Amino acid sequence: MKSTFKFLFAASAILAVAACSEEPASPEVAASGANSGGSSASAVDQSTQQYFQQTVGDTVFFATNASSVSARARQTLQRQAQWLNQNQGVNAQIAGHADERGTREFNLALGARRAEAIRAFLVSQGVAAGRLSTVSFGKERPAAPCSAETCWSQNRRSVTGLIGAPTS
Amino acid sequence: MSFLRMFAALLVAALSITTVAAQTEDGANQTDGDALQITVAGGEFQPISVAAPAFFSDGGEAANLAAQIRQVALNDLVGSGLFRSIEETAYIEQVADFDVEPTYADWQAINADALFTGHARIESDGRILVKFRLFDPFSEGQVEGLQFFSDPADWRRIGHKIADAVYSKMTGEGGYFDSRIVYVDERGPKGNRQKRLAIMDQDGENLRFLTNGGDLVLTPRFSPKDQEILYISYERGQPQIYLYNLETQQREVLGNFPEMSFAPRFSPDGRQVLLSLAQGGNTDIWVMELATRKMRRLTQSPAIETAASYSPDGQQIVFESDRGGGQQIYVMSALGGSPQRISFGQGRYGTPVWSPRGDMIAFTKSSGGQFQVGVMRTDGSEERILDASFLSEGPTWAPNGRVISFFRETPGANGRPALWSVDITGRNLKRLNTANAGSDPAWSPLLP
Repeated sequence: MKSTFKFLFAASAILAVAACSEEPASPEVAASGANSGGSSASAVDQSTQQYFQQTVGDTVFFATNASSVSARARQTLQRQAQWLNQNQGVNAQIAGHADERGTREFNLALGARRAEAIRAFLVSQGVAAGRLSTVSFGKERPAAPCSAETCWSQNRRSVTGLIGAPTS
Repeated sequence: MSFLRMFAALLVAALSITTVAAQTEDGANQTDGDALQITVAGGEFQPISVAAPAFFSDGGEAANLAAQIRQVALNDLVGSGLFRSIEETAYIEQVADFDVEPTYADWQAINADALFTGHARIESDGRILVKFRLFDPFSEGQVEGLQFFSDPADWRRIGHKIADAVYSKMTGEGGYFDSRIVYVDERGPKGNRQKRLAIMDQDGENLRFLTNGGDLVLTPRFSPKDQEILYISYERGQPQIYLYNLETQQREVLGNFPEMSFAPRFSPDGRQVLLSLAQGGNTDIWVMELATRKMRRLTQSPAIETAASYSPDGQQIVFESDRGGGQQIYVMSALGGSPQRISFGQGRYGTPVWSPRGDMIAFTKSSGGQFQVGVMRTDGSEERILDASFLSEGPTWAPNGRVISFFRETPGANGRPALWSVDITGRNLKRLNTANAGSDPAWSPLLP
């Protein structure tokens, strides 16, 4: 863990960090494409927030105390970048979150670090920096309420929220 | 003791918040030298036995207030864990007159280490006047005499001031009962908590809400000098630091930063604010001069530096950083420079808060799947864990530096936070009464 951290500081600009073993196996899939079941693609309006959340995938997950972008997260973020590049009128705010296993202020800082890692990745994929803002919620807004790793892994996340897209 | 001598020892303390007029002057027959020394290290501990005959009054509303003021004072003293109240049925002497010196032998016989009496009356201007005398039966003398004028609505504060006088005379330490705690009141489900700033007396009374719950608010901090609070609100979307004046109820944002500003703490003189700013997602510590809003950067590293707190002389700051890999506590000059790591135990350390006495730093530690609240010397030695649970976090010091408050949150989907307090010896761990769930307590200085 310690060595991962040091590496992170050194490589934060590159963001080419391999998937961490602590990454949750399932929730990312559940929160992204898998939910859509979109076989009737022709009927789907791809410009909506609903499409972005469910089909593109608005959420990516992090290992404990880490802000590195995993390989799985990169796939989701590449879809996000593609969508944002196709919908130039829509800006986005990236919200960084932490699990409940940290102190309040540290988790705010960790959430900011995570949101920035996602913002930097999206910029590297061609999204204009001016269209992206960040906010940290620390441990204030958990997505899953239980006090176990199954929930904590879902709460260490960033959520890309669209500003100005139709809801559905 | 003569009637005259007693009144020479009576002091005047104005309770109105706007007039600060608490003079002190030593009476003729003081026995400060006998003040009990409380040893931090623990060991055998005998609470101080206190007797308090029913307060005298001129009758009517004064009688009612006299009884309640006495009870508030006794509740404070017993609640501190350092005192025990002798049952009234054990009293031998029935004190007949506030102005008459007690029969010390009768109080020695029931082992009363302290005896205090009071008298209340309503003045012609409507204010209440409460006189108070504290005796040490074993040295056979009066050790304190005070009188308090106040609006009858502030009667609880008179009880707290009497308790502070007894506490400080008998322990040799500063009091802390006439103080308040600001905290975050929490309602609603874990995933969407509604948080409001709340303030109450340290004994849980006089609860008031300072925000309406419409915006997420976090981490209030009391000014050590003024009736002012710093806190975090999300009302502009981005978390920012707000300054709230309890007297004027005026509120203002401290700077308009493009990213998050958070983790504020006042300097000991109340003129500067340590704070953390995120820039490009990286958090560092800055200091803002309140009068000019001029900012100076104190740390500059790609790691997280946050949760800074001044030493009471203003010369040093303590903060947390993960520059070494995990979250640890560091001390450095208040002007910046190279920090010295002081936490070396197993686990991660955060939320350091310097004691108002300067001798200790309170912290939150996480190790072995638990969170702990503890204290250590300012060089990191003599670490003492005071509470451990699923989540114990965020210590704040009582104004005398002997007691800390913090919050505990229970695990699970229905987990809730609650306020707790504990003596720095580890004794007297107890939950504080709050209307709803509560977190992020911050203790005020003693009220003026």
